[in-house]
This record gives sequence, structure tokens and C-alpha cells, in this order.
Amino acid sequence: MTEPILSRNFQTPDAWKMAVAEKRGAYETARNVLATMKPEDVTNAVLAANLRGLGGAGFPTGKKWQFLPKDGKKPVYLVVNADEGEPGTFKDRYILERDPHLMIEGIILAAFAIGSKKAYVYIRGEYVEPFRRLQSAVDEAYAKGYLGKGIFGTALELDLVVHRGAGAYICGEETALLNSLEGGKGYPRLKPPFPAIVGLFGCPTIINNVETLACVPFIMKNGAAWFAGLGSAGNGGTHLFSISGHVEKPGVYELPMGTNLKDMIYTHAGGVRGGRALKAVIPGGISAKILTAAEIDVKMDYDSLRNAGTMLGSAGVMVMDDTTCMVTALLWAAKFFAHESCGQCSPCREGTGWAYKIVKRIHKGEATIADLDSLLKIARNMEGRTICVFADAAAWPIQSYITKFRAEFEEYIRSKGHGIRRGVSSYTPQGSAPAVSTLESSGARRLVKGK
Amino acid sequence: MANITIDGKALTVKDGITIIEAIDQAQIGLPRYCYHPGLSIAGNCRICQVEVEKMPRTVIACNTRVAEGMVIHTKTEKAKESQQVVLEFLLANHPLDCPVCDQAGECKLQDYYMDYGLYDPKFNDVKVKKEKKAVSVGPTIMLDQERCILCTRCVRFGDEVTKTHDFGVFNRGDHSELDIYPGKELNNKYSGNVADICPVGALTDKDFRFKMRVWYLGSQDSVCPGCSRGCNIQIHYEKSRPYHLKTERVMRLKPRENQDVNKWWMCDEGRYGYKPIDKNRLQKIRISRSTNGSDPSWLMALEKTATVLRAAKPGAWGVLASPQSTNEELHLVKKIFKDLLKIEQVAFFAPGQEGFEDDFLLKKDKNPNSAGAAEILKVPGGGDLTPVVEAAKAGKLEGLFIFSHDLAKIYGAETLAAVRKAVKTVVYEGPNENPTAEAADVLLPSSSYAEKDGTFTNFEGRVQRIRRAVDPLGVSRPTWQILADLGALLGAPWNYTRAEHVFNDLAKENAAFKDMNYKAVGSSGLLWSRK
Repeated sequence: MTEPILSRNFQTPDAWKMAVAEKRGAYETARNVLATMKPEDVTNAVLAANLRGLGGAGFPTGKKWQFLPKDGKKPVYLVVNADEGEPGTFKDRYILERDPHLMIEGIILAAFAIGSKKAYVYIRGEYVEPFRRLQSAVDEAYAKGYLGKGIFGTALELDLVVHRGAGAYICGEETALLNSLEGGKGYPRLKPPFPAIVGLFGCPTIINNVETLACVPFIMKNGAAWFAGLGSAGNGGTHLFSISGHVEKPGVYELPMGTNLKDMIYTHAGGVRGGRALKAVIPGGISAKILTAAEIDVKMDYDSLRNAGTMLGSAGVMVMDDTTCMVTALLWAAKFFAHESCGQCSPCREGTGWAYKIVKRIHKGEATIADLDSLLKIARNMEGRTICVFADAAAWPIQSYITKFRAEFEEYIRSKGHGIRRGVSSYTPQGSAPAVSTLESSGARRLVKGK
Repeated sequence: MANITIDGKALTVKDGITIIEAIDQAQIGLPRYCYHPGLSIAGNCRICQVEVEKMPRTVIACNTRVAEGMVIHTKTEKAKESQQVVLEFLLANHPLDCPVCDQAGECKLQDYYMDYGLYDPKFNDVKVKKEKKAVSVGPTIMLDQERCILCTRCVRFGDEVTKTHDFGVFNRGDHSELDIYPGKELNNKYSGNVADICPVGALTDKDFRFKMRVWYLGSQDSVCPGCSRGCNIQIHYEKSRPYHLKTERVMRLKPRENQDVNKWWMCDEGRYGYKPIDKNRLQKIRISRSTNGSDPSWLMALEKTATVLRAAKPGAWGVLASPQSTNEELHLVKKIFKDLLKIEQVAFFAPGQEGFEDDFLLKKDKNPNSAGAAEILKVPGGGDLTPVVEAAKAGKLEGLFIFSHDLAKIYGAETLAAVRKAVKTVVYEGPNENPTAEAADVLLPSSSYAEKDGTFTNFEGRVQRIRRAVDPLGVSRPTWQILADLGALLGAPWNYTRAEHVFNDLAKENAAFKDMNYKAVGSSGLLWSRK
């Protein structure tokens, strides 16, 4: 890939300001589409472009839009999931912070396609600077008449509200997000009914990820076929990959769907830090099953990674070198899930806490080999028995770390942790700056490094 | 309609119902904690897992709707495993101190462990500690957060039924805690229901807590006598234990489901209104205030009553019948006093006694059988006691037969004294002590509603059965029996040995009760046939 698409403005100074953004073509596509096309043209283009939800689930976006009831008796809401909280993931933050007008343009197009007059952006509470810039971009768009009544001089209207989350990971789950947005506790909802039928305030609602919507202007500008051609079969477009951990150049990389993971690490991210040996890679945020060094010759798209027994998820690639202690890595993952379980369903509420207690004992050198099997049993028993997939996400690290690094876990238990490093050495990556980012990808690094 | 199969049993059920509803209709057992038919679906406990053919995983029966041709299994290995592992999660942090928990014996964790669990527990870590152990959350209920499994039934009850929004779940993950909202207390007229719907020992009823182990309780279906709604109840009473110091026999009341009357619920007023069954009871028969020596027998008392009634001048007696009496008893009141003795001054309605009423269960008429009394006695002017009492005060009556009413409470002590002074013979028949009973010449101690069979007619004309839960206390006898014997002494042509026989005659003689019998009335009652 030669030309950056989603990240084309990331290094343009002040691209988050309307004047700069418009100079670089912002809102041109939306203006044209609203003036000349029909809503279903947008949906059809998105369908043909093979655009899939880039928040993690990978569900075909156009298909989701088509689930809306056709009778149109109730208002339709568009909700943008900007609650980017998956550990190892920081891609949406770049769009929100560096090119918010791109997302707003995507929102205008999507709202046009689904017939929504009111959109909400639910933004992660910790994203303070992204929030400020997004809000300022929204204000500018209102001032320009791109939002509000009569957008671009048409008869269409669209209100856009930016709502900040309060810090719960689970509020990134779309129905917990809806509850939170309504002012309730961030508990995922029972499905069915699905949000497209009964969503925000009981009305049909489409929930899309930031990056997904940022793709829409490009699809409408350059055509569905062009977009589909950028990716691999059934996975259109490019994707922003958050690469963190033990690589020379961590950061956000825009690469075509289906880029080989090996190339991603060794070509784009400058290889493992200090030329050390690779131990493991988490390909799609903390919830994704881990891959060993021997398993990284895999295409990074939804279908290929599913076939490899893991998932693309949020495309948060976390790289671990040979200094990584897998027990410690699992400790932090288990702690995260125990801390973030909403507590609604009993298997998850009790299972995540229980698993964390066992991993803690292992880490302290107070466990037996049988505890490993208890952990695997807990993971298996949590899986698929809850309202949302959080429990599954909590189960997968347990299952994959222990299964793939069983010998290390057993050795750790036998030696009560002695002789094996606890935690990870403090190594600062050398070499050049990250390809795209000059911002700290601190959230992700902190998790892998441990404390 | 949809044709489905559950555990090999072919069923035709209504479209769109949930699997658990179909399972309940077919009376196939399935564990559940959060599911309650009277509340919205929460789907959080996850224990009602069933296997549905062609679905990859087990699903929860409470939030999966039936579809044509669905084949459901509740007892396959896959289904049983799902139920079992969910139970293990629920018990992971639950205190295992059943011997000191008041819920023991009626705890769904215990029951389901025996029915669906029986696994080898693997939990080997320190359980989560929660702050509130046995903390009062209001006048009626105690909360133990560690015993709570967070099914949110009580939360939904407050949100959806009483709309008082009492409880919430606070914090997250395995530190989630059920609690009352800050600064609030659980103090509504239906608060006791949360202890009923709590499947574990998290919310317990202060009135019953540690009073008795539930396995010593017997249960009898009855109807609450607290108001004209007639909520269906179970009377839980102590089974006979000779070595146990008997001070109270009836231990608590629980609501019994009746979709036409009270759904699954009952009010606190009714729930805690059982105390008079064992407290302040009339224990002795009395013939005359001047009687000394040994207590008179029933025969002596009834013969004395019959004698004065027989000797009475026509129109010189008044009868204050009671809407607390059963239909059977009121029928005998009519037969004896109106038909046989031709007494005109018969009333039953005590004015000014209305209580609280709402648009849910509570009715302002605090009598269980006002409708029955009005229908059976057919007295003009709504049956108000006042004209009869005024006549008595004015010295126009030589005798007054009072059922249960306390004139001092209704009209004040002065009226009681004036009546007492003006009327030569006062016969009092009732279960509990009060100043009117104290002032009577002839005292006939009757049984409470928990000690007899009969029927009440509620405000909308629904005839419902009460059943004997415990034996009549001491010498007391059911009113219908007292009246049957009194009638026989007065020459009535009957020989009733059971309340049911009286009811059968009532059904023959009163069109409202036409074609009714105890079997037909059954456990959910029958509406009057309206003319």
C-alpha cells in the first residue's frame, strides 16, 4: 500500500481544525452524496465494499444497517462507539484526536443512509484530549451548517451529541453502552431484541465503531470496488493496527486487511526490540487468544485469524519477546477481567474473580499443578454461558496462555516462581520513532510491562 | 400455536412464549433464580440452561422463545452440565454455613445442589467478604449481602411491582453488592414479598427469622382475612412437637399464587396480621357474669342461649352478625335468627372502620366477607350496625347477639356501657378478647379462621375456601358448629357435621352460590353467578 487512507491526515498539523480539514477535502464527499444520492445508495456501496465493523466483531456494516425495521414508526438513532478500551488498542484515539472531521463526515453519511436525525458519540472517559478535539470539531461543524438543521443546505437534519463514558470497559459492549448512555448502569442487555430493533430509548439504533464510520467517506468517494480491492476476500479496506509491546517501533499502522502478521512485526514495526527472540503475540487486543512465535505466519483479517483459532478483534497487536513471563502476563489479563466484569451474569462475575485468585496464587508460588486444570475448567465453564461475550474474552487468555505455554506454567509452579523471572525487564525500545505516532501508546505498554 | 418437544414429550403451546413457560406448563422441573413469572426477564443467573437441537450451545430457557418444531432437552448431559457449572459459580463465593442460615430448608441453592449439582466443589480460595451481614433494611426485612446471588428479583419487584425503587446492585464484578439505595429504607406496604421471592437467605423476614426451622412447618391453603381482596395464602404452622414449648402455632403467612386475585403477592398488613390466631384468645365459656366454680360446658352455654332466645318477645332481640364470618356461618345466622326466630334487627356492617386502600391489592374494607354477608343476610340499608345499636341503647331490645364486633372500638366505651346497661342479655361469640366480650353475659369462644373450614366471598364476588390449619384453640369451636348446635337446640331440622354440608345447603338456597360445592370452588375460587 502506498497511500495512507484513514491515516492520511494524522501527520498534518492541526488537521482536527475545520480550516485545515476542509483544505484537505473534508465534507466534500458528504456534501455531494447528500445532494445527489439516495440513502440506499450509501448502504449498497457500504455492502459492496465489504466494510466490516472495525470495533472488533467484524460484522458486515451494510448488513447491520439493513436490520432496521422498514416501517419507520420510531426515530432511528446512530450511536458511535468511541469507548475504545480494549487493552492494546489505541487506533480510534488517533482518529478522534487527529482527524475528527473524518469521523463526523462518516456519521453524516451513515445517518443519511439509515435515516437518523440524532447521533451520539459515546467516547471513553479517559480520552480527555480526544474529547476536547472532537467536541471542538463538532462545534465547528455546527457553525458551518454541516450539523444541525438543513445540513449542507439540504432539508436534512442531524444532531450530534458527544457523551463521555465514566471508565467502565464493559460500556464498550454496545448494549451496555446504550444503558450507560441512557443514564443506567453499564450492564449488557439480553438479546434478542437486538439494538437495530430495540436500542437506545427503546428505538431502532445502529451502533458503529469510530474507524468503521471513518471508512464510509472513502467508500463513497472512491467507490465500493476500490475499497473492497484494498483488503482480502470479504474483508474490505485497510485497517488501523495498534502495535505495542516489545517491538522497535510501536504505534498505529494503517495496513491493508490481510497483511501478514510476521511482516507487520518485522517489516513495519521494526522487529522485536534489540533483535531478541519473539515469544508470543496477541493479535487482537487482550481478549484474543495468544499466538506463539511459530504461529505468526498468518494474514491479519477476520476470517484468517478465526481459522488460526484466534481473532482480529480490535486489531491491537501486542508483541512479547523472550523476556516475557507468561504467568505474569496472564496475571495482568486475569486481573483486568476480574476488575472489569460488570457482575451481572453469575458465571462471569464469579468466574473472573475466581480465576484471578488462582492465577495470583500461581504467581506467588502458592499453587499446585491441579490449579492449572481448575483454571481451564473455570474458563471452559464461563464460555458461552453469559449475556455478552465478556466471559468468553476472559476465558480465552486463560485457555490459550496455559495451553500454549503449559510447560512454563508447570515449571513456574514447581519452582514456586524461583528461577523464572517475575514480571518483565524494563527495556526501552531503541531505534526510530513509531511510523505514524509520536504520541505515547502508554495504555497498552503499561499493561504488557506490568508493574 | 407451536408444536414443540421437551424431554421427549410432545406439546402444543402458545406462540411466542418462552421455553421456561412451556416447561412450567408441562410441569417439567428446571432450576431458576432470576426468573420469576411476575417480573421482567433478567437472564442473569444463567442456571435455566437447556439444550435446543440445532443450536450450538445451551441456551437460557427464560429468554428463548419457542418456535415451531423446536426440540428441547433439559436433562441431557450437555444441559445438565451447563446447569451444574452455573450452580458451582453461584456457590463459589456463597457462605457454606447452612446450619446457621435461616433460609436452610427452603433455600434454592441447597435444593438445586441436591437436584442438579452434586459436583465435587473445586473452589479453594478465600471468599469475597461483603460488608452487610444481617443488617436491617427496613421494618420487616434483614439483608445479608454475602448470601445474595444477585438475581435482582427484589430489585425488579421494587421497580416493577411496587414502583418504590428500593434496591440496587452496587459495585462491579464479584464485588457486586445488593443494597438499599443510600438514605432509603424498605418501607412499603408490600415489603414482605421480597423475602418470599429471594431464592436464598439474603433477604429474610424479621418476623420469622430464627423463629422456627422450616422443616417443622406444616402448610395449609387458605385466604387472608385482612381485607375484602381475599389474597390467597398458605398458613405455615408448627407441626405438633410435644417437647417444644408451644406459645404460638401459626408461624407465618405466605402468599399463594392466584392470577385472578393477588397474582403472587400479598400486603404486609395481611402477612403480619396472623398474630390474633394465637394471642388474646377467648379461652373460657361463660354463662353469666355471676357464675362461680367450674367452667360451664358447651351444652350448658348453648342451652342457656337457646332458652333465652326461645323465651324472647318477638322483635326484642338484635343480632350483630360479622363480615369476618364465613358464608356458611352467615347462612346459619340467617336460618336461625331471621328464618326461625323471625328477628328483624340483623346487621353486620361496622361503620367508620375503613382502612388504607390502593390500586394494587389493599382494599379499604378490612373484612374478608362483606360481600357474602350482604348477599346472604339481605338486610336493608347496607347492614349498618348503628340502628340496632341505637335501639339497644334506647332500651328497645332485651337481648343482643354479637358476633366478633367490639362496640367499644366502633362506638366508644360509653356506648358499650349504655348498651350493657339497657340490654338484659348480651351473648358474645368471637375468637378474641375485647371489652365487648368482657361485658357479655354469655360468652361463646369461637375458632379463628385458621382453625376452621369455610368460604369467604371477596369484593368482586369470588367465593374462596379457607381450610383448617390448626385445631381450635382450647375450648373454642368454629362458629358454624356453634350455630349448627344452637339451631338444633332451637328445633332446626338439620344435623350438620361439616362446614361443607352447610355450604351445599347455601348453594341450594341462594342463587349467587348456585351449583357451587367445595370441589368446584377448589383452590382458586369461583365467581358468583350474577343474575
